[in-house]
Amino acid sequence: MRPFDYLAPTDAATAVRTVATNPTATYLAGGTNLVDHLKLGITHPDLLVDTAAITTAGITDHHGGLLIGAATRNSDIAADHRVRTRYPALAEALLSGASGQLRNMATAAGNPLQRTRCPYFQDATTPCNKRRPGSGCAAIGGHTRGHAILGASDHCVATHPSDMAVALTALDATLHILGPDGPRTLPCTDLHRLPGTDPTRDTVLEHGDLITAIELPHNPLARRSRYRKVRDRASYAFALVSVAAALETTDGIITDARLAFGGVAHKPWRAYRAEQALLGQPANDTTYRTAAEAELTDAQPLNGLDGGNSFKVPLLTRTVIATLRNLDQR
Amino acid sequence: MNAIGQDIPRRDGHAKVTGNATYAYETDVDNAAYCALLQATIAKGHITEIDITDALALPGVLTILTPGDVQKLAHVDNPELAVLQDNHIAYRGQIIGAVIADTSEIARHATELIHLSYHVDDHDSAFTADRDDLHTPKALVTGAPADTTTGDVDTAMRTAPHTIDHTYSTATNHNNPLEPHATTALWQDDTLVLWDSTQGVHAVRTDLAEVLRLRPDQVRVICPYVGGGFGAKGEPHAHVVIAALAARALPCRPVRLALTRAQMFTLVGYRPPTVQHTRLAADDTGALTAIAITSTSPTSAMREYVEHAAAPTRMMYAAPNRATRHRLAALDIAVPTWMRAPGECPGMFGPEVAIDELATALGIDPIDLRVANEPEVDPETGKPFSSRNLVACLRQGADRFGWADRAPRREGDWLVGTGVAAAVFPAFTNRATASIRYERGHYVVEIGAADLGTGAWTVLPQIAADALGVPLHLVDIGIGDTTYPYASVAGGSTGTATWGSAVLVAAETFRDKFGTDPTEGDEAEGSHDTGPFNEHYSTYAFGAQFAEVRVHADTAEIRVPRLLGVFAAGRIINPRTARSQFTGGMTMGLSMALHETSSLDPRFGHVINHDLAEYHIASCADATDVQAYWIDEEDPHVNPLGAKGIGEIGIVGTAAAIVNAAHHATGVRVRDLPLTLDKLLPGLP
Amino acid sequence: MDHHRRVDTEITTRVDGVTRTVLVDTRTTLLDALRERLGTTSPKKGCDHGQCGACTVLLDGRRVLACLTLAVTTTGKDVTTADGLAPDGHLHPVQQAFLDNDALQCGYCTPGQVCSAVGALDELANGHPSHAGDVTTDPQLTRAEIAERMSGNLCRCGTYTNIITAVEQAARA
Ligand SMILES: Cc1cc2nc3c(=O)[nH]c(=O)nc-3n(C[C@H](O)[C@H](O)[C@H](O)COP(=O)(O)OP(=O)(O)OC[C@H]3O[C@@H](n4cnc5c(N)ncnc54)[C@H](O)[C@@H]3O)c2cc1C
Ligand code: SF4
Ligand code: FES
Ligand code: FES
Repeated sequence: MRPFDYLAPTDAATAVRTVATNPTATYLAGGTNLVDHLKLGITHPDLLVDTAAITTAGITDHHGGLLIGAATRNSDIAADHRVRTRYPALAEALLSGASGQLRNMATAAGNPLQRTRCPYFQDATTPCNKRRPGSGCAAIGGHTRGHAILGASDHCVATHPSDMAVALTALDATLHILGPDGPRTLPCTDLHRLPGTDPTRDTVLEHGDLITAIELPHNPLARRSRYRKVRDRASYAFALVSVAAALETTDGIITDARLAFGGVAHKPWRAYRAEQALLGQPANDTTYRTAAEAELTDAQPLNGLDGGNSFKVPLLTRTVIATLRNLDQR
Repeated sequence: MNAIGQDIPRRDGHAKVTGNATYAYETDVDNAAYCALLQATIAKGHITEIDITDALALPGVLTILTPGDVQKLAHVDNPELAVLQDNHIAYRGQIIGAVIADTSEIARHATELIHLSYHVDDHDSAFTADRDDLHTPKALVTGAPADTTTGDVDTAMRTAPHTIDHTYSTATNHNNPLEPHATTALWQDDTLVLWDSTQGVHAVRTDLAEVLRLRPDQVRVICPYVGGGFGAKGEPHAHVVIAALAARALPCRPVRLALTRAQMFTLVGYRPPTVQHTRLAADDTGALTAIAITSTSPTSAMREYVEHAAAPTRMMYAAPNRATRHRLAALDIAVPTWMRAPGECPGMFGPEVAIDELATALGIDPIDLRVANEPEVDPETGKPFSSRNLVACLRQGADRFGWADRAPRREGDWLVGTGVAAAVFPAFTNRATASIRYERGHYVVEIGAADLGTGAWTVLPQIAADALGVPLHLVDIGIGDTTYPYASVAGGSTGTATWGSAVLVAAETFRDKFGTDPTEGDEAEGSHDTGPFNEHYSTYAFGAQFAEVRVHADTAEIRVPRLLGVFAAGRIINPRTARSQFTGGMTMGLSMALHETSSLDPRFGHVINHDLAEYHIASCADATDVQAYWIDEEDPHVNPLGAKGIGEIGIVGTAAAIVNAAHHATGVRVRDLPLTLDKLLPGLP
Repeated sequence: MDHHRRVDTEITTRVDGVTRTVLVDTRTTLLDALRERLGTTSPKKGCDHGQCGACTVLLDGRRVLACLTLAVTTTGKDVTTADGLAPDGHLHPVQQAFLDNDALQCGYCTPGQVCSAVGALDELANGHPSHAGDVTTDPQLTRAEIAERMSGNLCRCGTYTNIITAVEQAARA
């Protein structure tokens, strides 16, 4: 790990200017991803700017919804009664991620900004376009069990690992951002990018942008939401696939739905096509299957040394069905 | 008064629950320097240039070891230990340098500032069992031949009414003890002190003295506590030599070296994968007429290691026609080594699943099928078993587990099934000497043994107390130091039996010499020697593993809510620590069954999931109910103590029991480990 | 980039009840500060990447991973290790329960398990939900809840079944 300076500023605007004007500066929140990456030699900042004193921890009521301060710990979000009853999918997503210790450290802002767990990305001795632009993608033709089936490119087939971000995407959350030009908001659905020809960028954020809060909009539908994560270990493992869903039915007919997938793409995958396919249909397995298949028509599973990841297509379909069935029966 | 058999809490327990037990890296020394390793990023070739100018210029860097620039080491059996002797690279991740600095941060940083050029040769790291360059090893580690044949398996397979002919495979597993290998080394007054995380201090001393061209008395190795080893710390690996060289380069200054978790995936061995072509032939009653296995594994071109996975098939079941074979592919990969129950652990996977397949095909209960094929004598040697209580284990296990009522069922979203498999592990002993000294009213037992969590701190005093006929609290114990008498490595489940037998002899000698009223300072030694204690018998521990498996009907997620094992392992010295050994092995078996696989990428030549987030071992939520029981077994033929060794048998058969249960639950037969949901998914409705 | 920049910083932290001032590198993790600079080796290093839980300590009363915490961020904070849970050697009920139930073998994961259990029981007492239960209701003390909450602490020796029993015993004590 290379040496770096450490700053713990108290004024957000100054901090944003400091980072925005220094390409080798980066924000530090819980550190659970950044410190890991410093050790792995994935990133080499000259300056760490601690966000502890420039962002707030805590959840406040906000226009009928909730405003989660960027510094709020993952565990505190999941423990909040308003989140648990009004946005259960978010609480479930957070609780299905990492471990108790990590959730006590990880922050609201840091979680959606964590980077892929692609093993080649994390092994600085192998080629990786995300880590070293133009070096190639070692995952292609390698071990691809954890990789993408949707929206990947020839340059990168990584998946986004966050559970929280999948729930935020389904729940129409909005980010509050302080940039060098002042504050702005950004829908969570627009935060993450597909890799395209530039996998180095995970999100649309500009260097220096500081996430200050995450807003959960008022939406009664969110009360009937769930997060279902499928993984190899019973706990403390990243998703093979995951589904965040919310469902409203009237007389057995689906009147509203939200659906997002994790573990299958470079970003949390909002399943608009599947949502469309659900609306107005009877709430049953056939409908759910049709909806999942509608979303997955473009799926491009990868071959791989380990047998690849084509299993994710049926797995995701079945997980969607199970999750929606379970929601309907709740 | 009987200390043996008592449920005695661990003597080292207090130190461990507070964290005050001192592991190798934590040794309290002044002014330590820190050593970080540089590793090859090619799989084969040589270094053409190494530029350490920038690294050396970094403030705080003390010295840098580079290839060809260190002491000429003596040639020893283990080529791994010949570190930095030349520019040659035999596998990706090989140590090619080391930085020693004032702080660990600086040492690690400096390794990034070393500039290297390589000449790259084509490497070959891709293992398949149908390569055309497989070879037959000269012998197994036990000295047994690589291949054995009795009768005519092919004919039996052609003529039998029922046959099973499948290929099963086990994955590459890394031992991954939770404490990464570590050494604190100090060179002072022409002697080397190594506080090393090892399963055997004397083994480290012997190898290090030899390779460094020192007299054994110039090397002292100390290791009171080991954070697990499971075979990976059974002999010194290259980094111990590096630590010693680093200390020699900085006389009088202690040097600390700990491997990173990633380095644990290249530098300290692993269980190689096995591909097991397994064949069974049986008549209508289920009696086997043939049993055969060919086990193929990769090994490192640098050093041969044979995973003797075909060995247990030689003695497990009766059958007139038998064949076992081992084949190897020598590749440009890191060197494999022993991992908990080498041979038996993978070797009881294929055959025990095959037996289950045969039982299903015949419609016979898998327990009854095993009972029907019990051999009268060891089919391999023709000798009687000193004791063989497999049937008792199966029967008792069936009762305790609730085997009788085992129809597969559905509970909510979960498909539920049960499975069984047999376990076996050889019982043998090694060489050790123990001393007993009378000091201030206490009996001080000293022996260079190791406690890997196995309980040596606690059980050796129990043995000594009974042998001396004194209350347990009057026995003190010292282990893990080469200043104590020689003890064999904690491996092959020989520890307690070997060291305990030495303690028994020492106690007898002590009493013979000094009677029951010794005076201060009286001291006696006693030894136990290698070799069969009674060569007229075949000596093995046996066990039966039972598993309940739940498979989610939608997602195929797999859970093992219940594991139950019953073992016949001779005399149990301490039921508390023994139970933990069994359940610990079973939990690791569960981990092997469901999770563990090291993904080697042959394009690069190394394992790519080299951390504990990607290489999964079972977590707490995976193993919530693991129970072990045992049969009271008196076996006077195994060794003076009558104990068979319990450290490894718990992992044997577990994976097969789980895979068999998953089949019972779903009807899907998985023959390749690990059993992950993607393998069951296509077979679910 | 200037490789030679010295980035030494002094921090003052309370460790197991004692105020300690120590010079660290900005790169130094809390784990390395404790183990390599303060001689507090109770927390263990099993992976150094947040993947095993061996380094678990209580930071201002909450369980965290010392290996992913930069020491510079802990100034003014309170660090408790497993050693600090047993002042003068008097074991904490969780530690006693670990001993009673043989919830340890090699002992390397144990201090982290103990700190994690103390933190987990506190979280449970405060009504924090977990993946093992329904988030809309209050969590109960069950073996499944304990197992899920203890899953961030790997034990290669496989002592989990006994750990669950020990934590259950400590919780009911
Ligand atoms: C072993 C392990 C297992 C895990 N398992 C899971 C899992 O199953 N599911 C899951 O979802 N996650 C998992 N995680 C990841 C974990 O959730 C993330 O590391 C964590 O949420 C990141 O939050 P942080 O506050 O620690 O971020 P940091 O590491 O501090 O920062 C992450 C990134 O965000 C940037 N950043 C931080 N705050 C701001 C801000 N306010 N504005 C702008 N940029 C900012 C940083 O510069 C950095 O680039 C796991 C992590 C580990 C180590
Ligand atoms: S998939 Fe993306 S992150 Fe992984 S190696 Fe390829 S480019 Fe890198
Ligand atoms: S050492 Fe911190 S989690 Fe493993
Ligand atoms: S007791 Fe050894 S790792 Fe847990």
